[in-house]
Formats: sequence, structure tokens, C-alpha cells
Amino acid sequence: MTRPPDPELPRFTTAVRWVHGLAGVLVLVLIATAAVLYNSELQVLVGHRPVVEAVHVWSGFALPVPVLAGLAFRSVRADAAELDRFTARDWRWLRSRTRRDGTIPVGKFNAGQKLNGSLSAGASAVLLLTGAVMVLPDLTPVAWRTGATLVHDWTALAFGLLVFGHLYHALRDPTAMRGMRTGTVPLEWARHEHAAWADELAGPAGPISGSARSGPPGSPPAAGSAPR
Amino acid sequence: MTSPADRRPEGAPVGRRVFLGLLGLGAVGIVSGAALQERLTPLVAELQIRDPTGLVAALPAGEDFRFYSVTGAVPEATAEGYRLAVSGLVERPAEHTLAALRAMPQTELVRDFQCVTGWRVRDVPWAGVPLSHLLDLAGPASGATAVRLTSFDGEYTESLTLEQARRPDVLVALQMLGAPVTHDHGGPVRLYAAPMYGYKSIKWLDRIELTADVQPGYWEERGYDLDGWVGSTNGRDDDPTA
Repeated sequence: MTRPPDPELPRFTTAVRWVHGLAGVLVLVLIATAAVLYNSELQVLVGHRPVVEAVHVWSGFALPVPVLAGLAFRSVRADAAELDRFTARDWRWLRSRTRRDGTIPVGKFNAGQKLNGSLSAGASAVLLLTGAVMVLPDLTPVAWRTGATLVHDWTALAFGLLVFGHLYHALRDPTAMRGMRTGTVPLEWARHEHAAWADELAGPAGPISGSARSGPPGSPPAAGSAPR
Repeated sequence: MTSPADRRPEGAPVGRRVFLGLLGLGAVGIVSGAALQERLTPLVAELQIRDPTGLVAALPAGEDFRFYSVTGAVPEATAEGYRLAVSGLVERPAEHTLAALRAMPQTELVRDFQCVTGWRVRDVPWAGVPLSHLLDLAGPASGATAVRLTSFDGEYTESLTLEQARRPDVLVALQMLGAPVTHDHGGPVRLYAAPMYGYKSIKWLDRIELTADVQPGYWEERGYDLDGWVGSTNGRDDDPTA
């Protein structure tokens, strides 16, 4: 039983990491400028409302660019499709009180990540739509602008909570964060956090898997190694 | 051979449904949100009064002032150091101290404050010197048709026609919400133009200048209407405030 020390699995491609990074920076800029525009104490402290507003508006319009550009890459589309699909196992995971103990084999993303991803994407689209109504007042009646403002404010609050949850879980798991930074994760971590995905890539856990994996990290999985 | 990029993931496209569902809800909210807000705002206002933690105030639905500033930190004016200049096309230019302003005849009003961005604060008590009183003291010269107001934030300006400036509900406000106007609200002295949107009620009032014609102010150069009547300008239909 000779297993190479700390084998790594490829988790995120360069394209996925760039989409995540660019969108992430824009979201942080949007949250920071939103805080200044919205919070009275910060507004009094920072001021410069037209500048802050311009940065907020243009960051908002820029947000879909890295996401849409990313869809030109197959790996980005594959991860998006993975986040999109919910199986019976995902619903079981969400209902389970012991979801983190690894008994329910999780795929590339757990159901919480899928839910956060879908809700964040939907909330971003709503924020973009309502934001556009707010900054293009000539295109819509004033009642729509009032409605758009209301929806924008409450959706922003909800989206802020989603981002907070995302960052909270990321900061609690440095290995997961390293995966997004470098693109790879240790097999051991994957076996615990995303067992079904690890099986798919590296073959089922056990003495056999060590000898079956002879190629370098990132080599395609052996044929028939993905029973699901 | 099934590599993850080739394989179509199993399961139902819940993410897509969530995404489209939220987008649909958002669109419904845009169209019907104004009606919803009318019902929501009094409820949240009620909660705010009963909420000892102050957390409800952070919710985006209360009837509360939002603070807008177009510059960085505005220097604070002390009660002793403050001067209000009246200049331009006048017969008797003047500089009023805060004490002098306080000694002038005061007018009290209780009126709504309506922002052009949509928020409104109901029944705000205001007190101060009618702008018309200061104009009478200065004596507009012939040819003066407008008033230009400047803020000591160094950036903001506003203008009124002389006729608008003479209205009895246009105040050089010294008090607001039952106390001296705070710095954040534009104190020690700000304007309150009751019948007009908030952008006409310049904060941190520094100078009143009579001019030959109306010179567009800060927001008017950025697209807002020169006449800021609540309910009939800037493409809005709010209830009038005066």
C-alpha cells in the first residue's frame, strides 16, 4: 500500500477562479459603497455621495460581465450546472441535523452551497434589474421606481446575509478557501467534505484506490470509477 | 468514460427555478411595490417606536431621515464662530451671527420632509427666521430676481426665485425636531423650503446672495428641476408638503 503523500484533487479551473475572484471583488465594492450610501453614520463620515454612487452603479453594471464571459468556458458551465441540480440526496442533506459528519456523500458542492449560489445569483439579477430601473428614471413610471427602490433595499439586505454566510463558511475552512485560491484540494479533505465527488475523481476510498491512482494529481479518473 | 465536465449532473434544475422565481418576484415587486410600501412603512414605524434594541431602524422601510452629503467631512461650525452672509444685489449687505438670528422673529412649522429619491419624514417640527425677513433687512436692489444659497461644505449650492424665497413657509431654520439643528442635519443653520423637495433645503447654510437671474444649483446642474415643488416636478407624484 504505497500512497503518494497528500495527493491533491483539481477542484477549480483557472477560469472558474477568475470568475469567482472578479465577481467577488465587485460584490465587495458594491457592499462597501452600498453601506456608505445607505448608512447615515457612514454617509456623514465619508460623504462624496455622487462619487460613491457612481462607483456603486458602475460596479453593479460590471458584475454580470465576468459571469457571462466565464460561461464561454466549459469548466465554468460545468460548475454552474453542478450548482443548479438538486438530487434527493441534497434535500436529505438540508434536512439532516448531522449533515457535516460525512454520512451523506456530498458531490462537488453541498446543498447549502447550491442553495446559496442559486439565491445569490437570483438576488444579484433582481438587484441589477431594480438598480437599472432606479438609475434610468426616464424609462419607467415613478411608481415603478418606488417599487424598485423597495425591492432593491430588501434584496440587498438578504444578499448581504448570503454573502456573510458564504464568507463565514469560507473562513471556517481554510482548506476550502485554498481550493479557490490555488485550484486544488487534498484528497483527504475531499473524502470528508465531498465524498461522492472525491470518489468520482479518485475512485472509491480504500486500499485499492491508492494503487489505482498512478498518475499525477489531476489525471482523469480511471474508467468505471464513478459509481453513483 | 465520464469526466465531470462531460457528464450532465443528475437531479432537478432547482437552481434555475430559484433564479427565475426570484427574478419574477423582483419584477412583480417593481410594479406593485409602491402599494406595498404604503402598507409596510407604518408597520415598521410602529415597530421602531417599540424596539428598544434599535435594530429595526436598520431595516430599509422606516420613516426616517437619510443623510446625504456631496463632499467629504463637513467642518463643524461653532455657535460663536458662525456667520450668515447676505450679499449680492442688495442695498444693505450683512453678516448675521447665530445670536442675532435667534433674536429675530421666529416662525414655527410642522411639515413633511419629502426627498426626491422617495423617502418622506412626516410631521417634522421646524423653527427659524423666514427667509423673507432677512431679504427685507437687506433690501433687494432693483434687478435682483433670484436668491443663490451656498453651503459651507464648499460644494453645495441652491437657488430660488425671489418670489419663491419670499414665501412664508421658506425658513432659515435654526431648530428642527424640537432642538437646535444638529451638524448632521445641516446645522447650526440650514434652509427649509416647505413646499419643495429636500434638495432645495440646503444644509450648512453659509451665504445668501441676491442675483439677477436664477443660477442652477448643485443637483440642478445634474438634472434635477429648478423648481422643486413636491408632487409636480422631477417626474414624481408625491402628496404636496405645503
